[in-house]
Amino acid sequence: MPEKSTPPRRLTPEEQQRQRRRSIAIATVLFVLVAIFYALTIAKLGPQILNRPL
Amino acid sequence: MTSLSNSVSAAAEPHDFAPTPMMVGGEVADFFALLKPRVMVLVIFTALVGMVVSHVHIQPVVGVISLLMIAVGAGASGCLNMWWDADIDAVMTRTATRPIPGGRIQPGEALAFGIVLSVGSVLVLGLASNWLAAALLAFTIVFYAVVYSMWLKRATPQNIVIGGAAGALPPMIGQAAVSGSVGIESTILFLIIFIWTPPHFWALALIKAGEYAKAGIPMMPNVAGPQSTRRQIIYYSIVLFPVGLAPVFLGFGGWLYGVTAFIGGLGMLAFSVHVYRNREGEAERKAALGMFGFSILYLFLLFSAVLAEQGLGLFRAVLA
Repeated sequence: MPEKSTPPRRLTPEEQQRQRRRSIAIATVLFVLVAIFYALTIAKLGPQILNRPL
Repeated sequence: MTSLSNSVSAAAEPHDFAPTPMMVGGEVADFFALLKPRVMVLVIFTALVGMVVSHVHIQPVVGVISLLMIAVGAGASGCLNMWWDADIDAVMTRTATRPIPGGRIQPGEALAFGIVLSVGSVLVLGLASNWLAAALLAFTIVFYAVVYSMWLKRATPQNIVIGGAAGALPPMIGQAAVSGSVGIESTILFLIIFIWTPPHFWALALIKAGEYAKAGIPMMPNVAGPQSTRRQIIYYSIVLFPVGLAPVFLGFGGWLYGVTAFIGGLGMLAFSVHVYRNREGEAERKAALGMFGFSILYLFLLFSAVLAEQGLGLFRAVLA
């Protein structure tokens, strides 16, 4: 017989605020990662990487 | 993060630490605290000195990203340490308010956070600089999180002596990141931190012996006794004196460094004797705190002198 699962409880306003701040922090970290890889590519391969036929 | 932490939660609660069931995620600041930011600052500083002594030109962007990844890797190992040690952190006053024992972050979240940052920092460091530096960073993380935290810390009073290697490696990682190899300069810097660690930590352990006993951690004062610990603090300070001066004799420490290492080394010796002589009450506490504080200053001044000489061009050779 399957175990009866408890329904998820609603987050309190304080918990929602915290969740929002964590989401913003994760977005910031992802943005920084993109910037790091972009800067690394330019630094290691040189600006000529942008000057190529598409 | 949450789904990942849920998937590892079955294996994520070390020892008998029971997390508070009602909490739903911590603050961003709590996750940052898991990285031991003060240790990260020290790691950035010592790794930077390791980079500077190499005298290899490196693209500044690559240098900054490498330094950042070394810091993140060190933070990740601190996070894994906090995950594993949550049960003993909860017992000790100094660490009871950390995010996991404080009930603000679930152990599974910390474990997932630590693993993601460990893997990410090693990979990005490898891509940014080279794979020797990345391998050294991976070794440091594993050594601190597994060898020190999971094994040595609860098993032997030599825990911080051997475990100190993890804290001493950043100059070598820094040199490897810029030059692709590990030279005598960063090896000596490694040795300085390695031999400095026991007198630094044992000074604090003398004051916190009761707390460590409560948590069941076999620190030197609890196992060999305070008197033996004080003697060993003197022995390590004696060994530290010539090791601190080694850069002068190897040619990468100039006058500024030499004077700093000489006076600082004498200071370490003087404080260790002071700790040995003051064995009771408030005088004991003050002497140990003085040793602990001075040891931090000593290491900071020594590495600052290297940075000033090698990075800012203040180098004037002692031995022509």
